[in-house]
Amino acid sequence: MVIQHLTKQYGRKRVVDEVSFEIPQGQVLSLIGPNGAGKSTVMGMISRLVAKDAGLIHFEGQDLTKWNSRELSKRLAILTQSNNIQMKLTVRELVSFGRFPYCQGRLQPEDQEKVDQALAYMELDAIADQFIDELSGGQRQRAMIAMVIAQDTDYILLDEPTNNLDIYHATKMMKIVRRLCDELGKTVILVLHEINYAAFYSDYICAFVEGRVAHFGTVQEVITKENLSEIYGVDFEIQQVEGRPLSIYY
Amino acid sequence: MLLRVKSTLILTVLLMVCAAASLFIGVVDFSVMDIFSGNWEAFEILMISRLPRLLAILCTGMGMSVAGLIMQQLCMNKFVSPTTGATISSAQLGILCALLFMPGSTLWVRAGFAFTAAIAGTWIFVALIQRIQFKDVVMVPLVGIMFGNVIGGITNYLAYKYEMTQALSSWLVGHFSLVMKGRYELVMLVVPLIAAAFIFANHFNIVGMGKDFSKNLGVSYNAVLFLGLTIAAMITASVVVIAGSISYIGLIVPNLVTMFKGDKLRGTLTDTALFGALFVLISDMIGRVVIAPYELPIELIVGVLGSLIFLILLWMRLNGKGRFIKKAEGGCKG
Repeated sequence: MVIQHLTKQYGRKRVVDEVSFEIPQGQVLSLIGPNGAGKSTVMGMISRLVAKDAGLIHFEGQDLTKWNSRELSKRLAILTQSNNIQMKLTVRELVSFGRFPYCQGRLQPEDQEKVDQALAYMELDAIADQFIDELSGGQRQRAMIAMVIAQDTDYILLDEPTNNLDIYHATKMMKIVRRLCDELGKTVILVLHEINYAAFYSDYICAFVEGRVAHFGTVQEVITKENLSEIYGVDFEIQQVEGRPLSIYY
Repeated sequence: MLLRVKSTLILTVLLMVCAAASLFIGVVDFSVMDIFSGNWEAFEILMISRLPRLLAILCTGMGMSVAGLIMQQLCMNKFVSPTTGATISSAQLGILCALLFMPGSTLWVRAGFAFTAAIAGTWIFVALIQRIQFKDVVMVPLVGIMFGNVIGGITNYLAYKYEMTQALSSWLVGHFSLVMKGRYELVMLVVPLIAAAFIFANHFNIVGMGKDFSKNLGVSYNAVLFLGLTIAAMITASVVVIAGSISYIGLIVPNLVTMFKGDKLRGTLTDTALFGALFVLISDMIGRVVIAPYELPIELIVGVLGSLIFLILLWMRLNGKGRFIKKAEGGCKG
């Protein structure tokens, strides 16, 4: 996926300003930056949830806007924070919706199989028939991920997946992200607030400041004392832990 | 799994028993034996009055509750229904317009007016709640009730001005006493409409989970929203034209059923339809028996039963058992 000169304006304000970068395939890419830097808006435009004002998004050799929306939903899945579902559905029913682009709701044996696999992968077998409104936040998040796995797309976009999760569940979520990439070969793009999660679990990082790409590169290239101070306007200390740059700020 | 089918089975059996019993309740008393022993008069009453009435009741009950279920699902709000979503009052305005502008119009022409008005009214309501800032669970139906009252006000004004109140009263308070062979068949439109709702059940479910969710699965949010609202409005209008306004059913029946069976539409549609039919049928039987040989309008019985159940429902949702009422973020999200 190649992004060129992406721009989005709300009123007079340019929230995203001529953003260009390339999404490396089969890797985990984290979008970081302070509030209002435009990272969520970029994510929205990549996932076609937000209309872009200018620029181009090339997805598998074709302009993203030219994609048939059902075909695209077999290639690219997004989970946003607004996926805060109030419905009384069982976990299995929710995960089955992931197969919708393929079977339009009439589950074939192979769809059923994919659903079972996704449930097993997320270790949801035991609670598959419980209603999601009876689950904890972490379990519900896992159910949503299972739905995305059932959707069987090459690209998975997650908008702040660790939001509202405690440290235990957030760390578990990041490990799942890593497995999605390493075991299932997915390209995962995340919007993250916690820099250390980004540094420890992603391959590439794209840092935004005021609607522009400030830095793009591998974790080691981007997560440096100078870069982070520039991005966030706070002093940072960097220490290497397990070959990863751990940042300390206070 | 067994439990899920069980409720459907129980409802079907109950409905069949009540339906058979209802055929023998009425001013003229006759029994099963009369029909089979070739009592022509009894047979005629059955065919001209009792059976049409039963069919109209079944269609009304199924239709109103399915319409309510669809609207609740699409608007992500448990308190939206044809009554609280201005659909019924719009249909009534449509009928009045037909009476005013085309005094000699047939039932089908009136239905056409009611359809158009109901669809327009429901669309405007949804467009309205997509624009308001307060997406509180209670705010959405409140806006609907206010909007419905505005339309009702216009209807009343026009009716008074052109001295049509008497003619209109038949559509304001729902009743089945005028249902007879030859002038109820229109309500059968409910059946294909429910079938359509069944076909698109999964789409409605997905749209009910929000715009982002729909887009992620390649479902066109606006198209499905409009389709669903149109189906719900047409069901409501067909019922209003034949039986008049019957409130509460579209609100209470879907709420009761989804409380036990969850929100997956494919699983709840059948039960909702069956339970709705049963509810209206029993209410009508009560109405026919209480002051026999006269009868009470169904709207009255449903109103009394409905408001009681509604209060209990509200109380349950606001107290402890109320995971249902947590702030439905988004209301009818746009």
